[in-house]
Amino acid sequence: MNGKEEEIKRKLEQKFPALAGAVRVQRARRLWLEVPLDQFAGVFDYAVKEAGFTILGTISGVDDGADLGLLYHLDRPDGVVLNLKTRTAKDGGVMQSVTPYFPAAAIYEREIIDLLGGRFTGLPEGLSYPLPDDWPKGQCPLRKDWDPSVLERGGK
Amino acid sequence: MEERNLKYPIGPRHEINVPSDFSFVPRAKDEVRVPIGPQHPALKEPESFSVALRGERIMGVDVKIGYNHRGIEKACEQRSYIQDLYLVERICGICSHTHATCFAQGVEELAGLAVPKRALYIRSLVGELERIHSHLLWLGVAGHEIGFDTLLMYSWRDRELVMDALALLSGNRVNYGINQIGGVRRDVTKEQATEILKAVDKLEEQTKYYIQIAMEETTLIQRLSGVGKLSHDDAVRLGAIGPTGRASGVDRDVRRDDPYAAYGELAFKVVTDGHNDVYGRTIVRLGELLESYALIRQIIKNLPDGPLAVRAPRKIPAGEALSRYEAPRGEDIHYIKSNGGEKPERVKVRAPTLANIQSVAKMLEDRYLADLPIVVAAIDPCFSCTDRTIAVAGRGAMNWEELRRYGIEWYRGQGIDFSRLSSKLGRGA
Repeated sequence: MNGKEEEIKRKLEQKFPALAGAVRVQRARRLWLEVPLDQFAGVFDYAVKEAGFTILGTISGVDDGADLGLLYHLDRPDGVVLNLKTRTAKDGGVMQSVTPYFPAAAIYEREIIDLLGGRFTGLPEGLSYPLPDDWPKGQCPLRKDWDPSVLERGGK
Repeated sequence: MEERNLKYPIGPRHEINVPSDFSFVPRAKDEVRVPIGPQHPALKEPESFSVALRGERIMGVDVKIGYNHRGIEKACEQRSYIQDLYLVERICGICSHTHATCFAQGVEELAGLAVPKRALYIRSLVGELERIHSHLLWLGVAGHEIGFDTLLMYSWRDRELVMDALALLSGNRVNYGINQIGGVRRDVTKEQATEILKAVDKLEEQTKYYIQIAMEETTLIQRLSGVGKLSHDDAVRLGAIGPTGRASGVDRDVRRDDPYAAYGELAFKVVTDGHNDVYGRTIVRLGELLESYALIRQIIKNLPDGPLAVRAPRKIPAGEALSRYEAPRGEDIHYIKSNGGEKPERVKVRAPTLANIQSVAKMLEDRYLADLPIVVAAIDPCFSCTDRTIAVAGRGAMNWEELRRYGIEWYRGQGIDFSRLSSKLGRGA
């Protein structure tokens, strides 16, 4: 039934034996995979250059307790989506920017910087997005422990 | 400033913050920097450009967006799935059905709900009507931006036909409230279907006339050709989507590539063009209008019988879903994560304009400053909402002040008092 998807899964596991059993086919055209940070670059490069996932839908940041979860929603022109997840430490963790692959990823990464306090290396300089310019420094509103009343106290 | 008796109270003045990293300082000797926005008569939503000019030519553009950020993703985490459905519908005034459907699809996948076929067809029907109203609105705006206001008047007059059809189906011109988690809330009667088909016939006739204009009217062709160039390679590299991408030969459409609602069972063409400019984007949208009319006829002809919805649980099983939807402007993406409770753990929305705004800087490079409004408008950035004259039944027409009073009294009657908020805003109760 999900022939295409199973084929992608098989090839991924063949290329990266450590990922055996980690790729999940949720339904037609939806694959999910979580990889440790040190394997992310290799898997991402393979997915984009060899497995045909040539489109970056967006990047979703998730507050996963002590970690910052990053989901790269990679699409193929035939509609298959690979949701590739990795984690960095929420405080002090640094992620490699994917702008060398997808220049348009810059705005998705800036969004994660503003809203979740992520950090990226290799991200070209540019304007922040989407918080206002007078937003108090160090306040990341999409973190679970963030309290909106901080704004009424002038950011303290 | 002299004291005046203002009819409408205004809040206290705020200091204007010039973005610290937003440079208006020329970076080269013969360069001039022009700030445009965030409020600008030619731009229909707040966005800010710092344009580097050499003479009339644009050398580079810094785009600043985010003025409309309302914290909806955070708000979704604090509300139930049912409340969120109505909240996400209000992300955009034009693509309201887009966001609601995209969200509902994701939640339904998590809950393992089999949505009845009739509901899927009705979702597609409203989706196509929404696309028609959005594309006709765009055509008018494009006409206006190039000084072709007759086109604006004509296309917006015709747009009323589709707005009436939507109001007939849902009671509303925008924010149709058709979806519920597990299906749709309203049925389509035979009489409504007949009215919609009549409107579609008339709209098709008018659209063919606009296509004739686009093919023959030299002022339009010359004003739009070669403006806002985005080569195929750049469109792919920068991830341009929707009509913006398709006019640069990017043959992608979620309706065909990752079918949802009823699209897997419907026949339609994905319209692409190779002009790579604003003219091409016009052709693509006009072509898509014709496809939408054909889709609506198919949907109404094949509308299956059966229930409108299945019952959805209040608590959604833990898991993740990625939902995609082809909005009039391009692909809309919702990522939804559930922790097994009544409220989502995370809702992430990627609206199409965010993907396309990044192509704008490229389109403007080495063009004339005067092209900026039409180039920006040509990606069809999402406008927030539309003002309408309001008449409340039994009370006759109201002006804004009367409407405001009426609103305050109504909410007080419901036990909600805004006077604390008003005093905070410095307005008095």
